[in-house]
Amino acid sequence: MPQPHLPFQTFKITTFNNFSFSCGEPVILKLIDIASDYGIEKGIGMGGISLNYLVRRLLVFFLTLWVAATLIFIIPRLAPGDPISAMVARLSYQAGFVENSGAIIEAWKERFGLNDPVYVQYFRYIGGILQGDLGYSLARFPATVTELVGRALPWTIGLVGIATFIFFTVGNLCGALLAWNRTPRLFKVLIPMSMMFTSIPPLLAGLLLSYTFAFLLGWFPQTYSYGFGMTPGLTLDFIANVIHHGTLPAMAIVLVTFGYWALGMRGMMVTIEGEDYMILAQAKGLKPFYVLYRYMIRNAILPQMTALAVSIGTLVNGVVLVEVIFNYNGMGTLIVTALREQDFGLIQGTSFILITTSALAVLIIDLSYPLIDPRISLEGR
Amino acid sequence: MAEDTKVKEAPVAGGTKKAGVLNRFDNPWLNWKFLTGAAILGFLFFLIFLGYQLWDTDLALSARAPLNLPPVGFTNWRGQEGVPEHPLGTENSGRDMLALWIVGTPRTIFVGVVAATVGMLAGILLGFMAGFLGGLFDDVIRLAVDIMITIPSLLVLIVIQAVLGQVDLLTMALLISLFAWPTPTRYIRAQVLSMRESGYVQMARLSGVPVRDIMFKEIMPNLLPYLGASYIGNMQSAIISAVGLEVLGFGPQRIPSLGVAIFFSIEAGALFRNMWWWWGIPTVTLSVVFVALLLINLGLDEIANPRLRKAN
Repeated sequence: MPQPHLPFQTFKITTFNNFSFSCGEPVILKLIDIASDYGIEKGIGMGGISLNYLVRRLLVFFLTLWVAATLIFIIPRLAPGDPISAMVARLSYQAGFVENSGAIIEAWKERFGLNDPVYVQYFRYIGGILQGDLGYSLARFPATVTELVGRALPWTIGLVGIATFIFFTVGNLCGALLAWNRTPRLFKVLIPMSMMFTSIPPLLAGLLLSYTFAFLLGWFPQTYSYGFGMTPGLTLDFIANVIHHGTLPAMAIVLVTFGYWALGMRGMMVTIEGEDYMILAQAKGLKPFYVLYRYMIRNAILPQMTALAVSIGTLVNGVVLVEVIFNYNGMGTLIVTALREQDFGLIQGTSFILITTSALAVLIIDLSYPLIDPRISLEGR
Repeated sequence: MAEDTKVKEAPVAGGTKKAGVLNRFDNPWLNWKFLTGAAILGFLFFLIFLGYQLWDTDLALSARAPLNLPPVGFTNWRGQEGVPEHPLGTENSGRDMLALWIVGTPRTIFVGVVAATVGMLAGILLGFMAGFLGGLFDDVIRLAVDIMITIPSLLVLIVIQAVLGQVDLLTMALLISLFAWPTPTRYIRAQVLSMRESGYVQMARLSGVPVRDIMFKEIMPNLLPYLGASYIGNMQSAIISAVGLEVLGFGPQRIPSLGVAIFFSIEAGALFRNMWWWWGIPTVTLSVVFVALLLINLGLDEIANPRLRKAN
């Protein structure tokens, strides 16, 4: 019986500066994505990225914030009851009985304007967001949501930023080495073995790491981002302490993530290896390292960057849970504390700020393509 | 049309009956990653099935067993030894860990399957519309995908569940599926775009085949391995979302799933009390499921892409 052959072809693409090359499917798919984002399909942006792209990208950014704000506002109100009553109901369920709960609900509803029509509440809420006012925390009343978030956000950004830098660098290097024909055999066996953990969520990796390296071996602290009694400041002691505390949470993300990037990079490299310009480069007698970096990695890194932009959301999901495991004092732990205290305003505000931060990260990555790949320029047509 | 049926049959012939039917060594479905992953999942389901036959699953409810017992052959921090009546130990509200494993594992996978299926169906529809019809459809769908893919789904789900409280598994799966369509849509759209200009599609178009038939009878069969890989990837992320929500305490708590067991263990400080079996059994099981899904995913990728296959 003859085998069915799935269609597979190489494509010839003419890019921005009439630079053409041919490539196989993994690259083409990502490039089609980029191209359509940049409006190439319709022939808009030939010879550079137009103002169009910038406008579209900013539009997507603000629409994302608006959609997120609206989802967070609307869906809880579609549920039967209102957040305050639900919260008091659960408080009284936990405490047995809350005195004057009816009056409390009424007072709170009045205070938070929940008796107004929904559209009034909605505009007030959006207006507040535009002014950077996310309201008060219910459980720690005098504190505003902005204040609490301001304390937690830098820790989360630091953790995610450093973890991302490590897994993206290590992952892409490993992937490149896997596909490179001069890599020592030992590496080619070791790297796939170290990729066994890929696809396990950071949450589970966090549990295993916390137990092994914090509880059993005691090499790293089990909770928080710095030790008791340390005064935050730019002293060497403090920085060392923060690194010591942050190692396990960061590793929980890096260990299970870098393999994904290595796999993607390898796919890209395999495709590039078959290209004519590679044969030419070798025929010219260029140094192998030069070929690896300038011809292979440089060509393969752009699709990886677009993939990174797409995966930011998933990454943030993972970090929130890792923080919970390590009781790391960032946004994830803030949300969980808010959940425990039934502090709905804080839950809403924290989620929104974290979504905004992710959207901003994606925007920055998307606008940095011209820095990474000279074939793309932002300077209009 | 004859071509189509062959493509459709191939996964069945290669995947389940293995080498018996097709004895050619270059059959792409005889991919070791794909087969290993499928075998691991199959074995897991066999164990669960066996567990349902042989073990009293009511023990997964609370207060059915002594508290905090370690697995057989281990001692807990109070010096109690594991007993054969509860071979995998018990936790602090008196649930038998073995029964919990038997009941909880399929519940966790169930959420993944439901959410991934709903998300995938939406993704196929939207992806084909965007990629094949183009125009306004494409613009709107692409915009929606760009927006939704940026939003970390867990955060919105947390806000929703903070109001809903604990929900049953089906509701949780459907909530997760609200965020499970952008990735497949994006992926399928890109595939359809690359296939739209290929010779056989243009031929069909010239012959006046209706658009619906081109989409689902010409292009779809060729996308099957891609769709498979995308579905598996979708399942992975749905299970991750579900476990995440459960670990935050949103799962159904009377009959726990694996994520809920981890939630209980964290709440009770099992990490500090060396009750490794409590969080460890769910964690390892979930990890095995994820590794199996990854292997299947990688295998399907190689099946779909001959060049990746040659690289090994």
